[in-house]
Amino acid sequence: MPDFTDLTAMTIAAARARLAKKDFTALELTDAHLAAMDKARDLNAFIVTTPDVARERAKAADVRIQSGKAGALEGIPLGIKDLFCTEGVQTTAASHILEGFKPQYESTVSQKLRDAGSVMLGKLNLDEFAMGSSNMTSYFGPVKSPWKAKGRADDLVPGGSSGGSATAVSACLAMGATGTDTGGSIRQPASFCGIVGVKPTYGRCSRWGIVAFASSLDQAGPMTRTVRDAAIMLKVMCGHDPKDSTSAPLAVPDFEAALSKGVKGLRIGIPNEYRPDGLNAEVAALWDKGIQWLKDAGATTVEISLPHTKSALPTYYIVAPAEASSNLARYDGVRFGQRVEGKTLDEMYAKTRAAGFGTEVKRRILIGTYVLSAGYYDAYYLKAQKVRALIARDFTEAFEKCDAILTPTAPSAAFGLHDKQDDPVAMYLNDVFTVPASLAGIPGASVPADLNSEGLPLGLQVLTKRWDEETMFSVCQVLEDAAKFPFLKGAP
Amino acid sequence: MSYVIKGETGQWEVVIGLEVHAQVISKSKLFSGAPTEFGAGPNTQVSFIDAGMPGMLPVINAHAVEQAVRTGLGLKAKINQRSVFARKNYFYADLPQGYQISQYDMPIVGEGTLILDMPDGTTRAIGIERLHLEQDAGKSVHDMHPSKTFIDLNRAGVPLMEIVSKPDLRSPEEAGLYLKKLRSILRYLGTCDGNMEEGSMRCDANVSVRPVGSTELRTRCEIKNVNSVRFVMQAIEHEAMRHVDVYESGGSINQETRLYDSNKGETRPMRSKEFAHDYRYFPDPDLQPLEFDDAFVAAIKSKLPELPDDKQARFIKDYGLSAYDAGVLVAEQENALYFEEVAKGRDAKLANNWVSSNLFGVLNARGVAIGDSPVSAKNLGRLLDLIADNTLSSRMAKEVFEIMAETGNAPDAIVEERGMKQITDTGAIDAAIDQIIAQNADKVEQYRSGKEQLMGWFVGQVMKATQGKANPGVCGELLRKKLKS
Repeated sequence: MPDFTDLTAMTIAAARARLAKKDFTALELTDAHLAAMDKARDLNAFIVTTPDVARERAKAADVRIQSGKAGALEGIPLGIKDLFCTEGVQTTAASHILEGFKPQYESTVSQKLRDAGSVMLGKLNLDEFAMGSSNMTSYFGPVKSPWKAKGRADDLVPGGSSGGSATAVSACLAMGATGTDTGGSIRQPASFCGIVGVKPTYGRCSRWGIVAFASSLDQAGPMTRTVRDAAIMLKVMCGHDPKDSTSAPLAVPDFEAALSKGVKGLRIGIPNEYRPDGLNAEVAALWDKGIQWLKDAGATTVEISLPHTKSALPTYYIVAPAEASSNLARYDGVRFGQRVEGKTLDEMYAKTRAAGFGTEVKRRILIGTYVLSAGYYDAYYLKAQKVRALIARDFTEAFEKCDAILTPTAPSAAFGLHDKQDDPVAMYLNDVFTVPASLAGIPGASVPADLNSEGLPLGLQVLTKRWDEETMFSVCQVLEDAAKFPFLKGAP
Repeated sequence: MSYVIKGETGQWEVVIGLEVHAQVISKSKLFSGAPTEFGAGPNTQVSFIDAGMPGMLPVINAHAVEQAVRTGLGLKAKINQRSVFARKNYFYADLPQGYQISQYDMPIVGEGTLILDMPDGTTRAIGIERLHLEQDAGKSVHDMHPSKTFIDLNRAGVPLMEIVSKPDLRSPEEAGLYLKKLRSILRYLGTCDGNMEEGSMRCDANVSVRPVGSTELRTRCEIKNVNSVRFVMQAIEHEAMRHVDVYESGGSINQETRLYDSNKGETRPMRSKEFAHDYRYFPDPDLQPLEFDDAFVAAIKSKLPELPDDKQARFIKDYGLSAYDAGVLVAEQENALYFEEVAKGRDAKLANNWVSSNLFGVLNARGVAIGDSPVSAKNLGRLLDLIADNTLSSRMAKEVFEIMAETGNAPDAIVEERGMKQITDTGAIDAAIDQIIAQNADKVEQYRSGKEQLMGWFVGQVMKATQGKANPGVCGELLRKKLKS
């Protein structure tokens, strides 16, 4: 009888090897995770668990392993963010308006993970429609981080919007999870929960079947406990999809091969603008530590300027809500999801949407509707598009001087479950370091780097130019090796 | 002969611009693979994309893009090699996504021209402002239940071309000619079947009036979704009269959308200004800008058919037809093809007479399209040959044609079967004439003494004797010779 705790604390890479050696079965691995999930219900990481689906797929995986036909993720138990449509399994985007909705189709990314033999454990909680940085906006209740500050009992947020994913992976409820990142929704929760989160280049992963928040920004990516695991998962998740017109017709690189390349001779850009007055001292110190790690590994550092950084957050909070206001128009009670009847069509719309959407979603729909309105379009949306182009140009110019950029992922460690709720703008500031890369469409990853004085994880962010995830992975691997991050359940 | 409304205060001119929604001939929808066939059971031609399901994404139908470019080329318009799809946001139950994917400030086709042939033989060039691609909405059915509305999404996502004219039209008649000409061009191109009854071509008319001599553009009203050429013309007439009445009684026109009630012969407001939509257009982030190169356009251009204007010019030049006759023949491509098959190597004017008068007369009377004509072009050509070689007189040919139209048989067979061959053999006619002269000495005498109008009587007698088969020309000639001597 294998030790279930041992099984759940493993990396994907290790599990892959040991499954191949038949040290244990995929079903045993899945059962270990289902048991862990059961014990950790209090964290509220999952909206729906799918033990039957999981065990069925695990059994099928065992058959394939036995017959030597194992896929890249054969038998690996994963959590799927509840923004990915999953065939026959409720998909809600953590919104009441989609409660009970069971798609008849599977998103391209989750299909690829399925086809590679992975096992879906359930649908992970998130901020409603991926709008939030704390996972507080979920209709199905907040997710708790498995981490606690030293000497304190109060619950912390896992970050957001992929909060369920971050908690599940961090607490070893899943070996990896899918996330989506629109302005930082993979990287910031990865930083808060001490795991690896990768947002690939916009266009690398298909958006088909992912409930849309802001179409020009949304991008799926892996959340795992190690850089290698992220490379393994991303390779499966990405690739051209003719069903998504914004998906790039590019071959998928061997990300895993890039892990051993090191950073010798690489130029690491350090952006001045990411060190504002009042930057958390521990975050600043960690950043310096990261710079030193890369230097020690043979990289050089170069100061760069990303002059439009300060405009990124306001730009994001025009572009994303604008697209969201239109993307969320389809939740009207007519064809699927929740409906509240009314005497007229307009009344039905109003009642359905009033009851179906939470406060933050309504706020963003209103902002988005406003910035697209006649008379305001030029001043807001059009101007934001222009600034967005400038932000992208900042990066293009910076990457003439450097091969990768190193920054903190988030301006702070995780905060309390009940902090910051009254001030949406303070909440939006969580994404200050992650949003610029989203607007530019470049890849970014957060690597767990250290614990702060309260014993809470802090992450470092690595950015590279479009389609250069390989360099990003090389840098991430060096950081991970140097950081020797203390995971919750020991070294994975 | 311009169209003028005589008001109490003076004369008024009407200014009209038309927006035509033409359904693109395409097997699948603009952004999904669902079929577009007309008349299928409700909600049987709907993909997850058309239904606006969560996470679904549009993918442009390349064939529809080609069709739009083809149409643009047919309208001699500027083809924009970079255009952008935009979302037009509004809520309605049959609009599943909550927005229509359309094109806004960067359409696929820019300015072009359409030539109208006026009945007086002149032409008018009407400007095309733009053509853009967009998806259709579904259909709301309100009359199946007292309090519920049913939704059919079969149409949702069907590709449409919105073709917008400049405000260059000046009369209901011109508007009618514009629609007919546009339909003709679209049908030639194979980009829209032009069927207004099935809704594959719909028209919105923007109408305003101004005093004759003025160049201002006054407030216009848009009459939405008129579904026949005749109704468009009527609606414009009524709307223009209404504007004149309002202005002359000291009122003003509000810019608004109106509907035409063909039963009452009036337009009425569709939605009031308070509910005017703010469509919040913005570029659709799910789609890349639509871009193609010169080669793409050139390939389409190389496959364009000869269009009505060019064909008409050629018919005038090659067949010596009048502009009007040529115009009638080229309005429908099939008619023109039919004519050319008949006219090839034959007397073109005669061919035109037979096609435009005799054949179209029969087809119109029976309500049959030329594709279903009982008289094939080959057979009609053969009939003309029989006239040309004097086998048939034109009177006999008409008789044969009627039989052809009834039976669909070939003229040779009819002639053979009924022994209708014209007698041109002078020997046989000679004999008949000699007999008539011998039996009617008194009439011969009268003719010879100057009563030349008796010639008709003699011809009649010969025809009678030959059961109408004698060639009237040969017959007259021989009679004159014999009566003189």
